[in-house]
Amino acid sequence: MKSDPSTLFDKIWAQHLVAEMPGGASLIAIDRIFLHERTGSIALKSLRESGRSVADPRRVFCTMDHIVDTFPGRGDDTRMPGGKAFIVETREAAQASGIHLFDVRDPDQGIVHVISPELAIVLPGATVVCPDSHTCTQGAMGAFAWGIGSTEAEHALATGTLRITRPRTMRIQFQGRPRAGVTAKDLSLAVLSRFGSVGGNGYVVEYAGEAIRALEIEARLTLCNMATEFSAVSGLIAADDKTFDYLSGRRFAPKGAEWDAALADWRSLRSDDEARFDSDLSVDIADLGPMITWGTSPQHAIPVSAHVPTLEHSGTTRESYDRALAYMGLAPGTVLTDLPIDAAFIGSCTNSRISDLRRAAAIVRGRHVAPGVKAICVPGSMSVKRQAESEGLDKIFLAAGFEWRESGCSMCFFSGGESFGKQQRVVSSTNRNFESRQGPETRTHIASPETVAASAIVGRIADASRLPGVR
Amino acid sequence: MRKFTSLVAVAAPLIRANIDTDAIIPSREMKTVSKTGLADGLFAGWRYTAIGGRELNPDFVLNKPGYAGTQILLGGENFGCGSSREHAVWALFEYGILAVIAPSFSPIFHGNCVRNGIAPVKLAADVIANLAAQVERDPAKAKLTVDLERNVVIAPDGSRFPFELDGEAREMLLEGLDAIDLTLKQRTAIESFAARDRARRPWIYSIPSATHASVKSS
Repeated sequence: MKSDPSTLFDKIWAQHLVAEMPGGASLIAIDRIFLHERTGSIALKSLRESGRSVADPRRVFCTMDHIVDTFPGRGDDTRMPGGKAFIVETREAAQASGIHLFDVRDPDQGIVHVISPELAIVLPGATVVCPDSHTCTQGAMGAFAWGIGSTEAEHALATGTLRITRPRTMRIQFQGRPRAGVTAKDLSLAVLSRFGSVGGNGYVVEYAGEAIRALEIEARLTLCNMATEFSAVSGLIAADDKTFDYLSGRRFAPKGAEWDAALADWRSLRSDDEARFDSDLSVDIADLGPMITWGTSPQHAIPVSAHVPTLEHSGTTRESYDRALAYMGLAPGTVLTDLPIDAAFIGSCTNSRISDLRRAAAIVRGRHVAPGVKAICVPGSMSVKRQAESEGLDKIFLAAGFEWRESGCSMCFFSGGESFGKQQRVVSSTNRNFESRQGPETRTHIASPETVAASAIVGRIADASRLPGVR
Repeated sequence: MRKFTSLVAVAAPLIRANIDTDAIIPSREMKTVSKTGLADGLFAGWRYTAIGGRELNPDFVLNKPGYAGTQILLGGENFGCGSSREHAVWALFEYGILAVIAPSFSPIFHGNCVRNGIAPVKLAADVIANLAAQVERDPAKAKLTVDLERNVVIAPDGSRFPFELDGEAREMLLEGLDAIDLTLKQRTAIESFAARDRARRPWIYSIPSATHASVKSS
């Protein structure tokens, strides 16, 4: 008998269903748990204080990314007040519990959502949780990966399971192929602009369509990264040969006969043609240009070449609109490319992988950052950093006037250490333009690494494809 | 965990869309590896006149006369979006907030509330605007009731607004249950699942143990 058509998410869910709970939640097996020193530390500490232990430490991983310094030659000291204690306590707790740790000086250290795919910790069809909202990034590998709180992390550590109410499913089909210079970041901003920051509330969103199949793995990670900005439980992209090629041979990837068995299973993990989603949306991307945010929510996104929208076209309430404009120091109708910037930031779990750095470097090569602009590039992992340096990208960034850092989350958010400064305008390859996210009263515009690089050079918000004198 | 059954309390309107967890508690206010000591950092960027300072901003709703003892927040769409930091919920709880009423919640924030004895109550934006208007007239006296046993919010004028909360979340709050204890009772089901799964997906389990070189603090 042929089974009912099901979605990729349905299949992963069925593979992990341990039991149905009386209250309507399901007990779901968790394959991989990732922790970091900001929120994982407290989960490990609380678990120990309750007299419980980690059920299977071999499947638990921890990195130092959120608080760790990114200045060259770093150690445990950070500019964040009290930061060192987080690092030291996390290290001690990780060692005591026997989990894997990518410590400050580990060659595999990096941002959790960069190193998890890089080391093949996340695998297609796996369930992956981390007390970090951007865990949805890893859904790009065909896994159900989602962010949780520290108490939930403690539950996952102690039991190897989570109790969750089954999320609804959504599919977003991308129609057409993106123009040259239009990246996964632009696609994700287009989705947010079109459907709003609550548009995916409570859904697991599968991204589909010809344009998705054409995306390389790193671009898929960028797209899924912003599912949480869409209020979704997670993003998901079916694994394919690109995924398998990417994972093959990496540090924690299955080997030998296990790889073959895994591959056979993974190939069945895609939505059936007739599968029904609770919500099915479509976005035409053929005419899309590079996008950037004007306001204080990722949904406040418009083409780089556009004007700050009027209230009627802003997709937001008057209160939010007025507040966002006042915070950002903008007026309706302002042309974004007229806006001088104070800083440019390339990094974060959204856009800090080697392909991001290569594309940004191609733009800054042979040019120099505009006078007065502070420009920073932070590779997403030590592995990305080594690869970039072997290609000479560090020299390109440094020669152009960028700072070149050690890997970590860095100035994606303000932890009390470094800040861009009050009312400073920053173009950033990160994921959140919330009020004060990158520093008290800092004005963040989020965009692709290309747009960040071009803006740094011009000294104003700039469209990379219109840079004069491209070599 | 503290039980949540029914609450009659002062409610403060903070009706903005996308109130994120960075706003609820900024990173810089999370100073130690702890679930406590966070109430002072609650809404720090809005509540105080200067970054890192503690001088109260008189314009912020929780600092206004009449809102002393606030236990209910009225919020906007996508409340608690952004970072997964549970510190946002710990800070709210420590400050004394036991219920948040909003049109929608970020999924992670919603889960964190339920795990910490805070009721996340979904009501339509126009209903919340109505509640806010009633409360604002005399916040200290115009209290709201959040009754989880009857799944209803009662306005100062007596009108009743039913809400839904999924079964497990409601039960956890009403009973003040510890989810880990509950799940550990499923040990047999978990072990038999693992045995089947290990045979079916061995690659998930075949990871070598961590080797910890002795690392010195630097």
